[in-house]
Amino acid sequence: MNFGYFPGCSLLGSAREFDESLHAVARALDIHLQEIPDWNCCGSTAAHNLSRLLALALPARILALAEKAGLNEVLVPCSACYSRLIMARHELIQDEALRSQVSELIEMEFKGTARVLNILEALTKVFAEPQAIKLAKPFERKVACYYGCLLVRPAKVVNFDRPEDPQSMDALMKKIGATPIDWPHKVECCGAGLNISRTDLVCKLSGKIIDTAEKRGAEALIVACPMCHANLDMRRAEIEKYMGRNYSLPVLYITQAIGLALGIDEKELGLQRHLVPVVFAEKTRPQAEPAQAQPGQPSEKAED
Amino acid sequence: MSRIGVFVCHCGENIAATVDPARVAEAASKMPGVVYAIDYNYMCSDPGQNLIKDAIKEKKLTGVVVAACSPRMHEPTFRNAAAEAGLNPFLCEMANIREHCSWVHEKSEATTQKAIELVSIMVEKVKRNKPLYPIKVPITKTALVLGGGIAGIQASLDIANAGHKVLLVEKSPSIGGHMAQLSETFPTLDCSQCILTPRMVEVARHPNITLYTYSELESVSGFIGNFKVKIRKKARGIDEKLCTGCGVCMQKCPQKKIPSEFDAGLGKRPAIYVPFPQAVPNKPVIDRAACTYYKKGKCRVCEKFCEKKALRLDQKDEIIEADVGAIVAATGFDIKGTDFFPEYGFGKYQDVITGLQFERLASASGPTLGAIKRPSDGKTPETIVFIACAGSRDPAKGIDYCSKICCMYTAKHAMLYKHKVHGGQAYVFYMDIRAGGKMYEEFVRRAIEEDGVKYIRGRVSRIYEEDGRLVVKGADSLLGGEPLEIKADLVVLATAMVANADAEDLAQKLKVSYDPYHFLSEAHPKLRPVETNTAGIFLAGAVQAPKDIPETVAQASGAAAKVAALFSSPELSREPLIAVVNRLPPPVLSTCTGCFLCEKACPYQAIEREEIRDRKGNLLKVVARVNPGLCQGCGTCVALCRVKAIDLQGFSNEQVLAEVLAL
Amino acid sequence: MSEVHEHSHSSCETLADLVLQNTRQSVAKCYQCAKCSAGCPLALEMDYAPSQLLHMVQLGLPNFDERALKSLTIWLCLACESCAARCPKEVELPKIMDFLRQESLRRGLAHPKAKNIIAFHKAFLDSVENLGRLYEIGMIADYKARNPKSALQDILTAPKMFTRGKLKLLPHLMKGRSQVKKIFTRTKRKGKP
Repeated sequence: MNFGYFPGCSLLGSAREFDESLHAVARALDIHLQEIPDWNCCGSTAAHNLSRLLALALPARILALAEKAGLNEVLVPCSACYSRLIMARHELIQDEALRSQVSELIEMEFKGTARVLNILEALTKVFAEPQAIKLAKPFERKVACYYGCLLVRPAKVVNFDRPEDPQSMDALMKKIGATPIDWPHKVECCGAGLNISRTDLVCKLSGKIIDTAEKRGAEALIVACPMCHANLDMRRAEIEKYMGRNYSLPVLYITQAIGLALGIDEKELGLQRHLVPVVFAEKTRPQAEPAQAQPGQPSEKAED
Repeated sequence: MSRIGVFVCHCGENIAATVDPARVAEAASKMPGVVYAIDYNYMCSDPGQNLIKDAIKEKKLTGVVVAACSPRMHEPTFRNAAAEAGLNPFLCEMANIREHCSWVHEKSEATTQKAIELVSIMVEKVKRNKPLYPIKVPITKTALVLGGGIAGIQASLDIANAGHKVLLVEKSPSIGGHMAQLSETFPTLDCSQCILTPRMVEVARHPNITLYTYSELESVSGFIGNFKVKIRKKARGIDEKLCTGCGVCMQKCPQKKIPSEFDAGLGKRPAIYVPFPQAVPNKPVIDRAACTYYKKGKCRVCEKFCEKKALRLDQKDEIIEADVGAIVAATGFDIKGTDFFPEYGFGKYQDVITGLQFERLASASGPTLGAIKRPSDGKTPETIVFIACAGSRDPAKGIDYCSKICCMYTAKHAMLYKHKVHGGQAYVFYMDIRAGGKMYEEFVRRAIEEDGVKYIRGRVSRIYEEDGRLVVKGADSLLGGEPLEIKADLVVLATAMVANADAEDLAQKLKVSYDPYHFLSEAHPKLRPVETNTAGIFLAGAVQAPKDIPETVAQASGAAAKVAALFSSPELSREPLIAVVNRLPPPVLSTCTGCFLCEKACPYQAIEREEIRDRKGNLLKVVARVNPGLCQGCGTCVALCRVKAIDLQGFSNEQVLAEVLAL
Repeated sequence: MSEVHEHSHSSCETLADLVLQNTRQSVAKCYQCAKCSAGCPLALEMDYAPSQLLHMVQLGLPNFDERALKSLTIWLCLACESCAARCPKEVELPKIMDFLRQESLRRGLAHPKAKNIIAFHKAFLDSVENLGRLYEIGMIADYKARNPKSALQDILTAPKMFTRGKLKLLPHLMKGRSQVKKIFTRTKRKGKP
């Protein structure tokens, strides 16, 4: 399987283990990731907060580069980058005048032919392949799937899974032997871009997420977004101070969980880079519990 | 020789502001065949009509053209005037120089010219008009009422009491509809079944009403006064004449856990069942989808225990054919469930229920015998949150309209809860309070002021379960949109009132128009609320739009009055603007070649085959024949006929061609 | 207590007009159900709840327009899309918020308590403008320069990130960074920050 690939700035730095684990899993499953040559930053939260044109132009340049390189589907693991790219593409393919204005700004022709996929979409595709994927060490843990805001919303643009109580990550976790719990904060915001400027608010929002997940028996929080990971993992000490107690719940990128299930070495998956140690309790009884919820609902497609 | 009179109306300023009526009249007077042409301010007025009548008599007119508004407005007016003056009304036509001319163009020479041309067309047509006479059609004085809820019941009783026969068809095993499921009704808090069941019994005993329950409309054909209907009487599985309604079969049935439709899924029933104790008729029905005998061929316990030997497990559906003169559609509504509100629990939290389910909890004949209990653990809820507008007024969820009854029944539910659970807390999240009926506003204030129900203005964003309670995240817009959280034991959603799933199917069968929400359309929203655009078919109740019981009953009586009016004349007059196959003397008999393309094409199945025989009975020719009772004058057959053997009275090929050539 | 001004047919447009022109969202659609406020993660921290802010814009009165642009609400908004996901009238509030933020800066009305949030955004964009990508250390230095109160913030966390290889000492230099700089310049020239 082939995908175009846009890592985004955080996967080079603070979310390095996301990139590492993704590549490790890709190698193991024979997935080829072709990186967009000489890509630029998508602008993230800052651009759309401060400038509409920048928020369109920066993603447009990235996608125009992808088109030039002949890439039809681009995997964007970072949720924020994914959101910026798909929103910009959505607006530009509908508005011809805007499209030509932006093409002028970036000095490249933007056609909109390159589609943007988020990590859950891509992994769902991979795991839907008929050949069963060999699990060397099924990840037999109870997990809380934390989607964050931007993987399934806005529903009309993303058009994947469903905006309330999404199931795609849960389904993937089941496929690797994990037991996803039913819990109410799957898409409640962790604090997003306020990690540095309003850490207190991150503590409030992320604290609730960690607390609820732990109370409902999760052994790990699974995320698919560098921002969420930073808020839930990097800010753990501040959260503990704010909530007045300790939380040992580790936060894994979905690719790390899959990697563990495939038997890939922990170091290759970058687990040692987390601030919250990734340790699990010893198993005392077999993992034969009935599923908590009935996640068998077919995923809803929002209208385009 | 033609002697045509042309009357050009000013219609005040409507025509005169853009068209010059005097010049039109002057031009008309010069048209061949026109012997008289005038213009006048208001032709439809009494003096205006008198001008026409006088002219017909004095000038011995053989035809009249009134150049004025649309025939849909005043054709009957002028045709009646002509008739009164002794001229066959079908020799009077209108040239529409208002909607087709003065109202759609600016004042100019071209506009007046167009008006003149429109008049010349009609003059040419009228010269070729023939006198026509209305077709008299008998009326079958039996009404078909579809739907046995309060609307159907009321309409049936009113029509029956007016002295006419009624066939009442209800698809569920008993009449009563949704009203039978309610606990108490607003604004009086009358016990719903107490006020309904006397009517239900009256229907069953009325000599003029034939009740078909567990039956559906199979097909309809025909037209007003002369409908032919087929009713499918579904197989109950019992011989109704022998069954006494003793109920032993229901007790013995081993399948006891089927979710009860009457209890909105909260209670259980057996496979052979009567929906509720006061059912009319009080005879059971076998649910073949659930019954072991039909699924696996085993059991038959009910048969064993029936003293009257009334079980008929091999019973088949019966098709009953009937002739009726009018149809009243009173098939009611459905409610939209909770599962299209994923943010409120996706049908996954048992304690998030619909308003109808709450009715069943509150009802003395319900699954909890009137005690308010949580479906999950049977405990009495200490806090209930009621959410209004759960689905209605919500374009994002596909429903723009307001369901009208929810503000009232939510207040009612909150009051009933407070009456039954004295220490309980009730919160209502609302956007507006719509309480416009008689005593309605007072009712809602009573809930707030006397029963202590707390009203919070704002919508709920989401609900989730925590430690066995439901966390309700709402906001109060009167406090600036401040978010607030309430931990509830039970949440009741006032879900939207929607059309039945098969409403579209019914509308197609009846050939009645319907709106995008599948509510059947009234003929005019203000002035004709109980009629449809299909003659002879009337509407009553929520099938037309969301409404409460008082309005439903009023509308049902209104529909019944229309039916009674229809049945009050001995026969119906139909306009003779129908197709006719030519008949000529022998040996030709008719130019029809018997290809019967017209028969295939006719949308109303109005073409028959006629065998022309000689005196000895030998078959000479088979030709097409138009049934004057069914033909709607659409002209499809006329256009299709390859030899032009069929023509349309009032719009003949010759007339239409003359109109075109006059341009 | 604010005074209700006489409705003026002045030549200047209301904020609601500008919102419509720039986002294609009509604030009249909102029927103030407050479902957005009910689900907003930070509504309790804001000076005006989201629905309340939108109502201020609905009024079309200059003093309310100004209050809206001066609010802390628009800066605390996380753009999490929870409001838009649930709005029954399908009002795209995140788009409106984006525009209000931009307009607030254009008019110099940003809430004083939003200073560090804005500083962070600007520091982020500075890095992208100059290097084409985010250089985290450079961005943080820029942020602290703009917001001196935060000088000591995270000085304990930073080393932990560095030892785990998550903080690069040197920036990634993309080849086409001058193209990115040109994009910024052209965008600024169009009168937008």
